[in-house]
Amino acid sequence: MTNAIEFQDFSFTYRSQSEPTLRQIQLTIQEGERILIVGPSGSGKSTLAQCINGLIPFSYPGTWEGQVLIKGQDARELSLFDRSLHIGTVLQDPDAQFVGLSVGEDIAFALENKQTERPEMQEIVERVARMTDVETLLHARLNDLSGGQRQRAALAGVLVEDADILLFDEPLANLDPVAGQEAMALMDRLQRETNRTLIVVEHRIEDVLVIPFDRIIVMVDGEIIADDHPDVILSNGVLQQAILREPLYVSAARWAGMTVESVDQPSRVDPFLKQFNQTDVLERLEETPQKETATATALLELEQLAFHYRQGTPVLENVTATFQKGTLTTIVGQNGAGKSTLAKVLSGYQRTTGGQILLDGTDITNQSIAERAGTIGFVLQNPNHMISKHLVQEEIRYGMQALRLSEAEENERLEQTLRRCGLYPFRNWPIQALSFGQKKRVTIASILVRRPDILILDEPTAGQDYRHYSDMMDFLEGLKEDGMTLLIITHDMHLVLEYSDQVCLVQAGRIRYAGTSFGLLNQEQLLHHAHLKQTSLFTIAEHLEVDPERFVESIITAERKEREQWL
Amino acid sequence: MKGFTTKQIVATGIGAAVFIILSRFAAIPTGVPNTSIETAYAFLAFMAVLFGPVTAGLIGLIGHGLKDAILYGSPWWSWVIVSGFVGFGIGLIANRIRLEEGGLTTRKIILFNVTQAIVQAIGWIIIAPVLDILIYSEPANKVFVQGAVAATSNILTVGVIGTLLLVTYAKTRSKAGSLKREV
Amino acid sequence: MAVEMLGYIEKTSPIHRLTGTTKLIGFLLFTTATMFTYDTRVLLVMGLVSIVLFRLSRIRFREVRFVLIFTALFVLINALAVYLFEPEQGVEIYGSRHVLLEGIGRFTVTAEQLFYLFNLILKYSVIVPIAVLFLVTTHPTEFASSLNRIGVPYKIAFAVSLALRYIPDVQADFRTIANAQEARGIAVSHGSLWQRARNSIQILLPLLFTSLERIETVSNAMDLRGFGAGRKRTWYNQKTMNQIDYVAISCIVLLTIFSFVVTFYDGNRFYNPF
Ligand SMILES: Nc1ncnc2c1ncn2[C@@H]1O[C@H](COP(=O)(O)OP(=O)(O)OP(=O)(O)O)[C@@H](O)[C@H]1O
Ligand SMILES: Nc1ncnc2c1ncn2[C@@H]1O[C@H](COP(=O)(O)OP(=O)(O)OP(=O)(O)O)[C@@H](O)[C@H]1O
Ligand SMILES: [Mg+2]
Ligand SMILES: [Mg+2]
Repeated sequence: MTNAIEFQDFSFTYRSQSEPTLRQIQLTIQEGERILIVGPSGSGKSTLAQCINGLIPFSYPGTWEGQVLIKGQDARELSLFDRSLHIGTVLQDPDAQFVGLSVGEDIAFALENKQTERPEMQEIVERVARMTDVETLLHARLNDLSGGQRQRAALAGVLVEDADILLFDEPLANLDPVAGQEAMALMDRLQRETNRTLIVVEHRIEDVLVIPFDRIIVMVDGEIIADDHPDVILSNGVLQQAILREPLYVSAARWAGMTVESVDQPSRVDPFLKQFNQTDVLERLEETPQKETATATALLELEQLAFHYRQGTPVLENVTATFQKGTLTTIVGQNGAGKSTLAKVLSGYQRTTGGQILLDGTDITNQSIAERAGTIGFVLQNPNHMISKHLVQEEIRYGMQALRLSEAEENERLEQTLRRCGLYPFRNWPIQALSFGQKKRVTIASILVRRPDILILDEPTAGQDYRHYSDMMDFLEGLKEDGMTLLIITHDMHLVLEYSDQVCLVQAGRIRYAGTSFGLLNQEQLLHHAHLKQTSLFTIAEHLEVDPERFVESIITAERKEREQWL
Repeated sequence: MKGFTTKQIVATGIGAAVFIILSRFAAIPTGVPNTSIETAYAFLAFMAVLFGPVTAGLIGLIGHGLKDAILYGSPWWSWVIVSGFVGFGIGLIANRIRLEEGGLTTRKIILFNVTQAIVQAIGWIIIAPVLDILIYSEPANKVFVQGAVAATSNILTVGVIGTLLLVTYAKTRSKAGSLKREV
Repeated sequence: MAVEMLGYIEKTSPIHRLTGTTKLIGFLLFTTATMFTYDTRVLLVMGLVSIVLFRLSRIRFREVRFVLIFTALFVLINALAVYLFEPEQGVEIYGSRHVLLEGIGRFTVTAEQLFYLFNLILKYSVIVPIAVLFLVTTHPTEFASSLNRIGVPYKIAFAVSLALRYIPDVQADFRTIANAQEARGIAVSHGSLWQRARNSIQILLPLLFTSLERIETVSNAMDLRGFGAGRKRTWYNQKTMNQIDYVAISCIVLLTIFSFVVTFYDGNRFYNPF
């Protein structure tokens, strides 16, 4: 086997940074290997990926020490075009990658650039489209595609080039659980059939590990702190050291007092499952704490809500729901089900085309955004849409401007929120120099400082690492205890189980379920239709024949204890 | 076309799309009939300084041409050409301002405003009316009055809004080696 | 608030079957010819052609009504403006003066002026349907390759295609940004002129940054897929030219020559019946 990629004593510093973002990287990736790169947000994963595909230094200048070899050639001697023949990259945001007006045209893009003749081009496009299962969509436009289809189209556009290294930066960030699983299965098949080198950067470790990997590389603060077989990485505690979310079933094993050994194959659920022992588990199960049912007052009520962007294609229909004061509701559903649209309608970004919205009993259906903004805060899915100032601190202050707070109060809120969102060290940085996860937190902070009565967050945890995820969620939970009402759109089923008082399932523009999270996760039929999945904890509980609710609750309690020791 | 980088091409395409959307949705009526604050030209001037004459000239041409086509059915060629000219003309000083590097001095701001005023004056008061007369045989005093009104309002718009865009953008450019985490 | 914009309308018709290149050449020649002529006879012939083509395309009037009404309004206002500024423009052009009505002060009504305004309006009534027709029968994916085929460098042609690709996205960005600002108490549509101008900056800035960021990611994505390395490129959506295309192009070339010959035969763009 030859080396596909080699980093030798490599360091990189962005032009505007005073310290290197990558330090002393030693890394060899062989042809045909499958590599998963993990690490906290801002640890330099995307930067490393960009050093491989050539955007560094072509697009982002900086100082470069040491060597990068691609197939034995010094990377600095290769042009971006040369590299594109070897390396196919699927960017974090597949929408940005979609440059054609239709799927077919987009897939053909690289071929057009290589001046492939049309008949041959047509043939290749069709073959690749069949491979990625988008052959019926060749004429579709971007807006007609679901999240999963977008991802597949993006992949097809990269595959036409026959590049033998495939590089994915957070391929799952915006996908629902089933679409994510399908995307992974597709990568697995492609790698198997063509023996390409596969490099994936991702926060959702458990979801990526549904297919086998040869190695996991753990990055912290620009350094590689571990590089080993997944079974070793999952058993030697390095993920905890880096504060990353290990697969839930591994946490469960630790909780059950098992020593996780690499021979037990912790990287695969099925073989690992057999290690669990029912008596150990039963012994540790705690009583589910009786959730006190506080006297509930309905704060926000939706009656028969309807909405469409275009006449004749309803996006929301007959949506009826109630959100109690001081509770946290999660909203789940397939890509394209209408979750973001529902949030926009609630916050007044879109006007309903039918039905009523009641806030504390008063009809607010016809109130403008500005009128609702005092009570309803909304954090959009795309952080760039909300950022209008230059520095992190200015942006967050700007949110408080209209509230006319005293200066002391303003400063206090600012500092508290900055710390909670893990942005304090960056408070004087230009927002443009932040990583994706960091930017997203800036927008959350800019709404949080306003302390609205109702806070709607559209996928706040997408692209976040475990530490920031739990800091933020625990902070939100604290706000809830103080009486704030929260609505959170998410694809993360474990978040749903851990934090929600109520979960609403949106499917094809209707609410198909509203109730407790365990009630939903027990209905496999419903989950299946809505592209959702049970978590691996359910699989274990089923295997051991213990009550899933008690099992999950016990593990959540244990995880929270562990988190207290982070500080 | 050599030396026209991918980034400039994308800037042309997306810049044209932004130009179209701004002239459709972000024009602020002034109360004077047929005159509005065309924020699209402030954007065009900004792109000219950032990306240079060719890109900005094309943004003006493509943006204005497509806008007329998809909103009114047919481009009004004389004004389309002037939009291209304005973008190109302002873009000529891109190399002297070097916006990418930050550090926008008062001198550079003055240079920008003098240039934009001259270029727009030539464009709206001379080129547009002359083309209107040549292409469309419209009466001279009508087209010159229209040109003068457009020149005044666009020079003011670019002077105020365009300058602000430049200043804010320049602030976001961090100097080399300036970012540190603070505790 | 769906904005009414002109876009491709799917139909099967002889016009739809022509390649984009043919339609582009046709559109350019036809509009140039019409733009330069004020010859009433030529305009009438062109008008007839334009009606026939429109019928052939099977596009219904109501499908493009909003643009036509909008443009008709614009044309009428423009004609009115021309009259207000220069009530005697027609007299100057045709060199005779038949007063129909004395009117008030300089605002006389002459046969020459009316005829001049009639020609002005006729001109647009001829151009606009053809331009609209071109837009609604040419699939945008074919537009760039057509521009390239008639000699526009491919990089510029691709920029046009990118503009078409990103108009809906930029529009969505614009709306979301305006909403997000409104949610923080910044409104663009109220207040004094000065205030509105100031507030518009709060929308312009995020839109600018979003767009710059988008330019960066899109150009990265394109670079990573090998854009711009060659001196030429091929086009996935280009149709092959058929016999009918050559016939159509020949007809339009003949029509253009006819129009220029008739118009400039007497050295003057205007047909003078007086
Ligand atoms: N263009 C840039 N200019 C300056 N600094 C940058 C730039 N891009 C990233 N950085 C800095 O480099 C560090 C690493 O960023 P990177 O995007 O590689 O992180 P990441 O590990 O991919 O994080 P995430 O999981 O949030 O995407 C961050 O602290 C960021 O501030
Ligand atoms: N601005 C728009 N114009 C027209 N259709 C739209 C618009 N925004 C969304 N849609 C359509 O509305 C439907 C619901 O979209 P929405 O964004 O609400 O889905 P979602 O549940 O948030 O999906 P995801 O999980 O991928 O974020 C989709 O079919 C989408 O294509
Ligand atoms: Mg990243
Ligand atoms: Mg969404």
